[in-house]
Amino acid sequence: MKTNKTDFKKGITIFLFLLPGLALFVSILIAPIAVSLYRSMYDWNGFSEGTFIGFNNYIELFTNGSIKFITALKNSMWLAFFSVFVQLPFSLFLALLLGRKPKKERAFLSIFFMPVLISTVVIGQLWLKIYNPDYGLLNRFLDAVRLGSLKHVWVGDVKTALGSIIVPTIWQYIGYHMLLMYAGVKGVSTDLREAAMLDGATPWQVDRYVVIPIIKPIIRVSVIFAVTGSLKAYDFVRILTEGGPFQSTEVPSTLLENMLFLRNRYGMGSTISVMLIFLCFAFALLITAAFRERDV
Amino acid sequence: MIMENSKALTVKETNPAVKVLMYIFLVFWAVVNLFPIYFMFTFSLKSNEEIFGQNIIGLPREWLFKNYVSAMNTGNMGLYFVNSLIVTISAIAISMMAAMMATYAITRISWKLNKLTNAFFMLGLTIPIQASIVPVYVVLSKLHWLNKYSTLIVPYSAFALSMSILICTGFMVEIPSALDEAARIDGCGLAGTFFKIILPLMKPAVSTVGVYSYLQCWNEFMFANVFISDSVHRTLPVGIKALSGQYTTEWGPIGAALCIATFPTLIFYLFLSGKIQESFIAGAVKG
Repeated sequence: MKTNKTDFKKGITIFLFLLPGLALFVSILIAPIAVSLYRSMYDWNGFSEGTFIGFNNYIELFTNGSIKFITALKNSMWLAFFSVFVQLPFSLFLALLLGRKPKKERAFLSIFFMPVLISTVVIGQLWLKIYNPDYGLLNRFLDAVRLGSLKHVWVGDVKTALGSIIVPTIWQYIGYHMLLMYAGVKGVSTDLREAAMLDGATPWQVDRYVVIPIIKPIIRVSVIFAVTGSLKAYDFVRILTEGGPFQSTEVPSTLLENMLFLRNRYGMGSTISVMLIFLCFAFALLITAAFRERDV
Repeated sequence: MIMENSKALTVKETNPAVKVLMYIFLVFWAVVNLFPIYFMFTFSLKSNEEIFGQNIIGLPREWLFKNYVSAMNTGNMGLYFVNSLIVTISAIAISMMAAMMATYAITRISWKLNKLTNAFFMLGLTIPIQASIVPVYVVLSKLHWLNKYSTLIVPYSAFALSMSILICTGFMVEIPSALDEAARIDGCGLAGTFFKIILPLMKPAVSTVGVYSYLQCWNEFMFANVFISDSVHRTLPVGIKALSGQYTTEWGPIGAALCIATFPTLIFYLFLSGKIQESFIAGAVKG
């Protein structure tokens, strides 16, 4: 009897301690996902009851060209590609350099990490000033070095708009991945490094055959963050191009917002949400599996 | 024997030319990262004539602090700054308290489902915030709950929660469990142990969690852009976007607005760079 009573009291305490967190988490994240799943099967304007249409939203998303979902997905994938194959190698390179204890190591680390802290809206505005066709730094620089023929209306030209989004996105988060990898590099024991050096390994060989294999779990996390981050991209697109010109730089999140405010298609908006969650989890699992495969 | 010698040398000495190249590269990259901040600060103090004329990247010839005045008055940056402050501080406080309590229940009370509960909260690290935007928007607009501070505070607290729990767990498992047992013997209940023993010992976690949540909330743009349509409750990122629409041709006030939004973060960073970096590492290495 007595144990039952204390157990009950303990249960109540646990419940009360979890309550604020669970209430927030379930009401803002979990329940809305369930609602999105359900509503993605509806033709719904957000206020009426809506009509059940099964998987039609999903089919339309991929087949109706005017929704531009394929374009948006392709843009996200380009962003992911450059993140994984340009940004991450560069971050790794910086982390390895700093791992060799140059003078002012902390100062370099802090400066390289700084762009991560600044709001993407601020960085986006600064890049608008760099891209400005008449007075921007980039075109004026090209004029100054007599390469005026390379001048562009950077964010307004279909050929350069996506690139104009990719460059600042990649630049801003190089420091983030560098910091994670640097923490890993610092975790490699000096004994191990010294042993390899005594066996005649050059610093690059130590990095390649000792350090990189050890920090592989961190590289995996970085790859996952880079790819899921690309799928979630929104800020730079909204600030730099608004998805234009001719909707050529839309990403899933900007389409999602358009569905709500321009087209009143809340059902389709939910479908895009669900696709985003699905893609994020699918890529996270895929990347984890790919890294496991190589370990064998 | 000669081989032996050269080997011993390579252990200690890297090629000096490589070393010089390395420093040149490090300095170059530092300049690339500092330049935007320098650029932002200098053009915030210039007139259009100066920016569009011959002095786009030099120091301002005339320091035009009136750009800051127009950003504050016409651009309402003062109001947006206060709004961002209210939203950010409230969201940090709520998510921190909720996270501390949840972490206590998960890590220091033994019961059947604590592992599962933890895994459940950790889902939040992968779920994109876009996932909840449609239903939350519909519910809030039906309840006439758009355009309030709490419209942003509640979602921001929820988004910061998973990471806060992850970081808190790292700190809380370090506290020796003998303390709990001693408290229990002295007649402290579970709740009493939390408030009297554990919470005071979690002070170092407060700054690590707080810094992470601060950056998330202070810089958040998508929800703020979608949920806040009136100008009274705008946060800084949305305010800057509105301002840049207003001042398409005048750069100075926009630069001033960008500086106003960025300086608190940079000042934090100047004093807490180690702590800030630590919180990012704590957040990613375990996830």
